[in-house]
Amino acid sequence: MKYIKQFLIIVFVSFLGELFNCLIPLPIPGSIYGMILMFILLCSGILKLEQVKKTGKFLLDIMPIMFIPSAVGIMSQFEQLKDIWFQIILITITTTIITIAITGLSSQAIIRWKKRKESKKNECSE
Amino acid sequence: MNVLNNTVYWAVFVNLGTYYLGKILQEKTHMIIFNPLLFSTVFTILFLLIFQIDYDVYYENADCLYYILTPATVCLSIPLYEQLHRLKKNILAIFIGVLSGVIACLTSILLFALLFQWTHTMYVTVLPKSITAAMAMGVSEELGGIPSLTVPIVIMTGITGNIIAEKICKIFKITEPIAKGVAIGTASHAMGTAKAMEIGEIEGAMSSLSIAVSGTITVVMATIFCNFY
Repeated sequence: MKYIKQFLIIVFVSFLGELFNCLIPLPIPGSIYGMILMFILLCSGILKLEQVKKTGKFLLDIMPIMFIPSAVGIMSQFEQLKDIWFQIILITITTTIITIAITGLSSQAIIRWKKRKESKKNECSE
Repeated sequence: MNVLNNTVYWAVFVNLGTYYLGKILQEKTHMIIFNPLLFSTVFTILFLLIFQIDYDVYYENADCLYYILTPATVCLSIPLYEQLHRLKKNILAIFIGVLSGVIACLTSILLFALLFQWTHTMYVTVLPKSITAAMAMGVSEELGGIPSLTVPIVIMTGITGNIIAEKICKIFKITEPIAKGVAIGTASHAMGTAKAMEIGEIEGAMSSLSIAVSGTITVVMATIFCNFY
């Protein structure tokens, strides 16, 4: 019963997310609305972590396999990709490297800068 | 292949089996090409081509995997909630990181469009490539791109992130777990996040958060970048 109840909650939040997606004319998918909604429910204490944690962790654990059907779907786009596949692969790899590097380095710089500021403050107070 | 039309488990079995096989091979050999997601995708495509099975037939069997993707995405907020104190403390670093990443991504696509002399349609089709598929389709459609072509590009980006993210972080000496997670989520949406979850709890949580943040920022920035080419 424990898992049924947890899955029930998760499915209900997913449903609400898709409902938002239908009602609000923005290109935001139901799953993202659902994710935000679940986060709000947890933060506000309406839902306790224990009420969704076990089933949630299971779903997250098997999440990678859920991408396979859409990834295999590339084969039905072979025709469209055939003339540009080299450009697409090149751009995919390059921009992924650039994005990871820029995002990671800039956010790391701020984290380290904050850490330094804090340790300085601690030295002063000592 | 009549048998395959009458059973519903072969597709899931092939997917799970090859994913698991890829995982074992990767652990044994430490070779990047055995990335389970890539391995399973390539193997399944070859399988369908060799046995001349239509994608639609396969999808009818495998869509049960896709159905639970929405509930799983909803659950991404669970690790995020568990890392709430880190989120609060590092909100500036997360936001600035995602923002600069999105701008860098869109700028590099703009440069490629100039280099390859793309049409405007092609440019806006590729523009939302780093965000989650459903959002990317919406952006692509709104700006006048081809959504059905955006999807495979989004997926290729996700697989690429899933494969190379860890290496790139190492090369650029990105060692802070929060920065790692933010970078992976921004660059390669949920498919990359699946990898971030394996790297660590903090990485996974921050990557989940970045899917939503970078998606939203990209929706806004793409409408601006759409005018540049």
